[in-house]
Amino acid sequence: MSVLERILNGAPGRFTVVALAALLLVGAVLVNAFAPFVWVGIYTYFCVTLMLVLGLELFMGNSGILNWTYIGFVGIGAYSASILSTDPSLKHMGVPNMYPALVNLHLPVVPALLVGALVAAAVAAVIAWPLMRLSDAVGVITLFATLIVIHVLMTQWDNVTNGPRTFFGVQQFTTIWIATGAAILTLVGTHLFRESSLGLRLRASRDDRFAASAMGVSVVRVRYLTFILSSFVAGLGGGLWAHYITSFSPTSFYVGELFVLLTMLVVGGAGSISGAATGAIIITVLREGLRQVESYLNNSGVISFEVYGLTEVVMAMLLIAMLIWRPTGIVGGSEWRLPLRRKQAAAAPSPEPPAEPVLETEAAEEAK
Amino acid sequence: MNEFIINTLSLGSLYALIALGLVFVYGILKLVNFAYGEYIMTAGYGLFLLGTYTPLPWWSVMLLSVALAALMSYLTELIAFRPVRTKSLTAMLVTSFAVSVLLQNAALLFISPRSRAVQLPAAFNQSVALLGVTTPLRNLLTIGTTVALLVGLTLLMKYTVLGIAMRAASDKFSTTRLMGVPANLVISVAFIISGLLAGVVSVFWVGRSASVDPLIGFTPLLIAFIATVIGGMRSLVGAVAGGYVYGLLFNVLSITLPASVINYRDAFMFLIVILFLLLRPEGLIRGSYTEERVG
Repeated sequence: MSVLERILNGAPGRFTVVALAALLLVGAVLVNAFAPFVWVGIYTYFCVTLMLVLGLELFMGNSGILNWTYIGFVGIGAYSASILSTDPSLKHMGVPNMYPALVNLHLPVVPALLVGALVAAAVAAVIAWPLMRLSDAVGVITLFATLIVIHVLMTQWDNVTNGPRTFFGVQQFTTIWIATGAAILTLVGTHLFRESSLGLRLRASRDDRFAASAMGVSVVRVRYLTFILSSFVAGLGGGLWAHYITSFSPTSFYVGELFVLLTMLVVGGAGSISGAATGAIIITVLREGLRQVESYLNNSGVISFEVYGLTEVVMAMLLIAMLIWRPTGIVGGSEWRLPLRRKQAAAAPSPEPPAEPVLETEAAEEAK
Repeated sequence: MNEFIINTLSLGSLYALIALGLVFVYGILKLVNFAYGEYIMTAGYGLFLLGTYTPLPWWSVMLLSVALAALMSYLTELIAFRPVRTKSLTAMLVTSFAVSVLLQNAALLFISPRSRAVQLPAAFNQSVALLGVTTPLRNLLTIGTTVALLVGLTLLMKYTVLGIAMRAASDKFSTTRLMGVPANLVISVAFIISGLLAGVVSVFWVGRSASVDPLIGFTPLLIAFIATVIGGMRSLVGAVAGGYVYGLLFNVLSITLPASVINYRDAFMFLIVILFLLLRPEGLIRGSYTEERVG
């Protein structure tokens, strides 16, 4: 069996991952070589966002639980990494009230990013165990409440985060290559996780909690471990994001940004890596396009008032329309395949179930 | 002391109404409606638009604004929630989040990102003396309106066919439908009552700041979460009790917390919420059986 064949015949989704990784790399080369400078920035931003969406999918797609706190962990990673990597003298200027001990902490960027991710994972490890025991509406409100607590801490603890004011002076470290590399690593990582024993157990618990626990899956345990892993990705992505954007404030890690990530995931398809990637691509293109329209309308004087929120209005309408007509997302729950292989899969019964709908099953049988 | 009691009763009444509006929908559909705050915003903009651009008297402006919130609630049910009702809980939650973002940004886009002043009759803010305490008339009106609404809703739920059907539906929806109760009707009515309560809340909420902005619904939404969690997500009485307890807790924390940590008050509140959910997920007042924990 040739290497190529092995890649194509592997677990469902392996082809997708290889193809997406190749696509990302080719895209980065092309953008870097030919596109205008602005595009390089957009592409870098896209790769970091893709990483964040994949991290969200890691927990939400495989467990079926809406994770409100995710964006909070992105923030924890961003702040931790930035505090560590920024030069003490700059920090002293940027955050006048910072604890002296924190001001003097200084690490090179790469270890700082890793520590930031570890801090996010550690916070998740401390708080998540009881949260994972809850489900349904109570679980949702608890995760939401946790996000609020994290946000209040970020906006009020000005000895660490500069409070609601902007934290600036972070060095620009995330280049297009680093972002692309990180996105590819996350892509491979989430795929490996999905096919790992832990990933399979978690997906089983998503599809039928009781059947899974009857088979010996400890539902709380698999959720807990994945939540930590997902928070690690969030923290790392947050750090990379901060080292691209260089100045940010707590509002960057709140419901507004979570809405963007969630829209990407649901529009693409919450059950699969292809879905997360497709959604990230489509929504990024849509957002950039709408931003152009907004700034055109504002600058050209066609209309007399300033346009705000057009992007969000369109995205929200798209999200609602998707949930109504195609809740499994564009990709529809399963991974992309080659056209030929799709036919084969249709002819021969495949070991993989046809679709893994996250948002359609477990229907509220009460309210049909 | 009397002042503290009146303030707490007034704040608690407002919070009770806020919580009640959220629980009406939750009880039947098991949907935590994130768009609930936007119904409050809708009524707020109703007050602003009708009060500023029409010559209508203030009382009809208020009635129309409350009706507008109910209409908005009904429309969101019809357009967004009804089609996803049969899908998963997560799908409904994401839908309500999307509706919330949509309405907020529609207000940003079509009205203004800046806050707008709302004209309310001057009598609303006049001080009156009661039991040796001077307090704005608004506070007493809040208490009075809440009591009247609670009595009215209790009568509706206890003695009308519709109310009995709604209580049955929140207990066991499928059985209720087998008894010949139309699902769409019950759910629509729940949304309309939820919207009406949001509208009434809006009159008093906007009355406090005399202005309305696109993000005005967020704080009431959080309040509704806290109050319903404390009181119990499953019962209407629980929501009201939760509202009053939260009002009390809020005032006590505001007085007792030292100035240096007062900014963390919201964090404290939500920590209490999380503890409540972990230790007593059924709230102060236990509703009927529901499965809320795994493992």
